Amino acid sequence: MPAIEVNNLQRAFSADVLAVAGIDLCVDEGEIYAFLGPNGAGKTTTVRMLTTLLRPTGGSATVAGHDVVEDPAAVRTAIGVALQEAALDPLMTGRELIQMQATLHGIPRAEGRRRADDLLRRVGLTQAGDRRVGTYSGGMKRRLDLASSLVHEPRVLFLDEPTTGLDPVSRKAIWEEVQALNREGTTVFLTTQYLEEADQLADRVGIISAGRLVAEGTPGALKAEVGKPRMELVLAAGERTDCMDVLSRFGDPLPPKDGKLMIEVAEGSAAIAPVVRALDEAGILVESLDVVEPTLDDVFVAKTGQHLEGADAAGEPGTGETEAVAG
Amino acid sequence: MRTLAVVVELGRRSVRQTFRRPQLIAPLLIIPTLLLAVQSAGAGRAVDLPGFPPVESFFDFLLAGAMIQSALLAGNSGGIALAIDIEMGFTDRLLAAPIPRFAIVAGRLAGTAAMGMVTAIWFLALGLIFGVTIEEGVLGALLMILLVTLSALAFGTLGAALALRSGSASVVQGTFPLVFVILFLSTAFFPDDLLLEPAQTIAQVNPLSFIVTAVRDPVISVFSGPELLEGLAGIVLVGGVGLTLCSMALRRRLRMG
Repeated sequence: MPAIEVNNLQRAFSADVLAVAGIDLCVDEGEIYAFLGPNGAGKTTTVRMLTTLLRPTGGSATVAGHDVVEDPAAVRTAIGVALQEAALDPLMTGRELIQMQATLHGIPRAEGRRRADDLLRRVGLTQAGDRRVGTYSGGMKRRLDLASSLVHEPRVLFLDEPTTGLDPVSRKAIWEEVQALNREGTTVFLTTQYLEEADQLADRVGIISAGRLVAEGTPGALKAEVGKPRMELVLAAGERTDCMDVLSRFGDPLPPKDGKLMIEVAEGSAAIAPVVRALDEAGILVESLDVVEPTLDDVFVAKTGQHLEGADAAGEPGTGETEAVAG
Repeated sequence: MRTLAVVVELGRRSVRQTFRRPQLIAPLLIIPTLLLAVQSAGAGRAVDLPGFPPVESFFDFLLAGAMIQSALLAGNSGGIALAIDIEMGFTDRLLAAPIPRFAIVAGRLAGTAAMGMVTAIWFLALGLIFGVTIEEGVLGALLMILLVTLSALAFGTLGAALALRSGSASVVQGTFPLVFVILFLSTAFFPDDLLLEPAQTIAQVNPLSFIVTAVRDPVISVFSGPELLEGLAGIVLVGGVGLTLCSMALRRRLRMG
């Protein structure tokens, strides 16, 4: 039985505002599924429907085998939810929040206290557990939010942009925790606008744009769909007409762009050494040489004609980029 | 039993939140206390006016008004706190849990009622310190606490309805001055016989007047069944209207997501 099954799911906010325009997807038990898309694509609306916070206006969805409209209480019992912007009360302590969450899930007080201790330890907040949440850093808040969503040991965990706005160290800590949870058998459905997050964490990625699922598959398969890795070179001293003769021995030439010569290299970074040797033997000086793997942004561009917002920022794209300098 | 545990837990959180946020607790205690002090000191000779009910002092007369003012402000503060929960997404956390929807509002109202009880005890203590005699003794005092607690609960339904409808703390906070308008158009601070028209007519039909009179009764005279029943009817009327509005606003919010 799939953990999440969605058929033509729709949500209209008015006659002319269709936030989710008919999505079909299926997430297997034990999978990490990343919903990747820019702001306003419909990610959060989809998560709100799957977590019963918002009623669909069309289509159907089941989570953990329960229909989100017909049997929302059963869905809520089976899921854990950590919403965007960590919806935490700054006046509560971390421990109070987890214990309250335990009560909401019908866990007796003594057991709730025990689970709060365990979960605070798990996310590294034991020392801060009795401090008010308002004093926590962004990363601590996200870890607390994650911990509170686990108090009833949910089968399916929904994380809505769990690392947005976090520094790289905090982001990595959340990733490790998500991976650990998944190894323990929890199905994870996460939304993200970070390419690297989807690439690193997800077994499968669904790319959403303007309320529609435009591509779906494993990160590797999606990237393979849009092309092979390419090598980009900038020559040190002007153009050399014989350079492409050398390069074409290693892969199919691509049209030059921004003064860079480009060839497709199926073997990726492994092509760097032989290419550098061949250029050296031909006496061609190179200023820079990069091997650029296709990214999920390339997939997004191929499917929608647009880049993901922030795809060029903070090293998010081109995670497969290897740079070398030869001369 | 499980729903009751949830309501108690959310009520406890609500009380904790009020005590930890000075802007929520201050209006409940400080403003009515100051008003009580200023009015009783500044207009103490009002009791000598012809038509004023026989009371030991103006302070005795005002005590019930201060309690109900505090209960009204508790209702307003509860609404503000609920709106803050909605604004920061905390309500979504509760809605994503397997609990009945009404428990979210009931938890908040339980907290508001508890704050009503706290303020009733505060003003009773204040009254006793400043020489007020509760004519009906301990039972009368307990009856006053009960009525103020129920009043806070009833006023809390109005605050909660506004919070659920608007989802905005500043909108709920914006109704704060209305508390004083409603109070001054009742018998909270002056007997209706001494009010001018149209305030007198409004005060005679204002449910708040009946509630204040019922709370005041154990302080200034012997127990009166009809006045108690009228006070309870006032509370039920306010609470009934508030609960209806709450229910409509909650249904709308759940539909809109």
